Amino acid sequence: MSDKPVISIKDLAVHFPIGGGLFTPKVMVQAVEGITLDIPRRSFFGLVGESGSGKTTLGRAILKAAPITRGHINYADDEVSYDVASLDKAMLKDYRKRAQLIFQDPYAALSPRMTVRDIIAEPLEVMGITKTREETDKRVREIAAKCRLNLEHLRRFPHAFSGGQRQRISIARALVANPRFVVADESVAALDVSIQADVLNLLKSLQDDLGLTFLFISHDLSVVAHICDHVAVMYLGRLVETAPTRELFAAPRHPYTKALLSAIPSLDPDNRGTAQKLEGEIPSPTNPPPGCKFQTRCPFAIDRCRVEEPRLENLGLEHDVACHRWKELADVLAPATA
Amino acid sequence: MTLLNVENLTLEFDTDEGRITAVDDVSFDLEAGEVMGLVGESGSGKSVTAKALMKLNPDNAHYSPNTKITLTLETGAIDVMSLRSANEMQVVRGGAVSMIFQEPMASFAPAISIGDQMIEQLQLHKKMTKRDARALSIEMLNRVGISEAGKRIDQYAFELSGGMRQRAMIAMALSTSPKLLIADEPTTALDVTIQAQVIALMKDLVTEYGMGIIFITHDLGVIAQTADKVAVMYLGRIVERGTVRDVIRTPAHPYTQGLLNALPNLEDLEAPLMPVPGDIPSPLERPPGCVFHTRCPVAMPGRCDRDIPVMVKVSPDHAAACFAVEDRMRAS
Repeated sequence: MSDKPVISIKDLAVHFPIGGGLFTPKVMVQAVEGITLDIPRRSFFGLVGESGSGKTTLGRAILKAAPITRGHINYADDEVSYDVASLDKAMLKDYRKRAQLIFQDPYAALSPRMTVRDIIAEPLEVMGITKTREETDKRVREIAAKCRLNLEHLRRFPHAFSGGQRQRISIARALVANPRFVVADESVAALDVSIQADVLNLLKSLQDDLGLTFLFISHDLSVVAHICDHVAVMYLGRLVETAPTRELFAAPRHPYTKALLSAIPSLDPDNRGTAQKLEGEIPSPTNPPPGCKFQTRCPFAIDRCRVEEPRLENLGLEHDVACHRWKELADVLAPATA
Repeated sequence: MTLLNVENLTLEFDTDEGRITAVDDVSFDLEAGEVMGLVGESGSGKSVTAKALMKLNPDNAHYSPNTKITLTLETGAIDVMSLRSANEMQVVRGGAVSMIFQEPMASFAPAISIGDQMIEQLQLHKKMTKRDARALSIEMLNRVGISEAGKRIDQYAFELSGGMRQRAMIAMALSTSPKLLIADEPTTALDVTIQAQVIALMKDLVTEYGMGIIFITHDLGVIAQTADKVAVMYLGRIVERGTVRDVIRTPAHPYTQGLLNALPNLEDLEAPLMPVPGDIPSPLERPPGCVFHTRCPVAMPGRCDRDIPVMVKVSPDHAAACFAVEDRMRAS
């Protein structure tokens, strides 16, 4: 793994206006605020958080599909380096080939009126990557084979396929233009467990084969634990902790990470109700609490947490945490799977 | 006391593409105070089975003549299949049986306040006065952990967060004190921290109200945390059933084993994820013989694709419908 990050984010903020209708005043939502993060090349980088944590918005901002209010996103591969916030039209066109998105819902993402071949070929034709139909067909067949779709599948329409097969079609479409960086937003969330493992294994083997970098956005920590090498945890638009996967699961340093881990229902019927329960719900991003954003639900919050927002601190070994009390809490929080 | 007895439930739907079998010869019992998990993937027929208990399936549904569903209450036994009109169904729907759905936003009427919906059903089923019904509704909202229930009761579903809405849904389902509660993926749309809260709440309520619960989910972790016993469904058939410990610790059916192997295990991050090979067949192309044979690693050609396996006991409280299990039991 190269040390140079493919994506390097500095103090990123994405704010959206909502409301502003006839009866509602306009308010700003801080969907993403003050995020600094590096995504190493050829990594399988997990981004976890509950609904409203801003993980999807962060993914979109990296793909320049959400407005960047403040901060920098830098993209770099062996050939080019882009400042994503200020791409001109030609550069953006090139960036779209290099950075791709796989959607969550394989039922909504595929046009029912196009054959699988046309669905996969569309990005090549739109971006003008291939010149002739033969060239397009060749490229489509190659990527289809990599995604374990056979030639007979290419002539059919999406309705003939199951959820797992559809997701493989979506993946083939995202990878056909030969991107270097792929955002997979909840790409297995809509799949049944027996199929989910198959798609996860496919993503992993494609990453190895093609040397891709994945940003894997998910709410499911057990999936992330198995497939990702790095994990970043978000809460209310902020990054609260980031670490190599094994490190994060063995020794979580942020009380929120710890709570998320212990909320995963255990498969052991004799291990019931030992979860450390979080009270309350994630606050509204239109009206975030002062100080640490997690203080309203944190069992360890002290006065300082209520006024001063913690910064991300490095604890060595690529492990960063944003908590005032991480040092004193280290013994309370570990071990993760007790 | 056996609260619910289901025998030979078979249900087919007429569709444009032909008649499909959604539930095939399903039988089970539920005691009062017992939580039964119904596990299966999409298309396994678990929701259809649950809805059949209240005959909530649409008009194109056909029940086979030997289907028998008996609900035994203190006032006597009710033969659910014999109920015809909506009026007759009222003893069951919203009366003795309540249901919690996956998406609470879709289950509340958007233009009627939460309180008015709760009060209406109490007036209808419990013959309560409006004042008493309102008082009980506020008490129930308090009970499920909704703060400022007196204020929340006049709000609309869209004003509540997802977790709050699911709590309100539970409060509404329990306010008529049903004997049987059907919970169809009640935590699936919720975040994990909220899911943990709702599971803890449901466990408290079972102990307190002593009703029978059918808990439908695709998540075996949720089942391990909540259920006493489990039935695993695949393509409309129950393939394995037993106590939650037996089924999760020592699964007998190849499908249950496959499901458990496909789950990411947090105790062992190095373990590879093992998918169940192949895809779930379309209900229009239902396999003959054992419904799982097209994906089964131990399928025996000439037998599993021809004959339908029956339930065999592996232990007193644990049974599976599989020829491989049958052979193993006979050999030992």
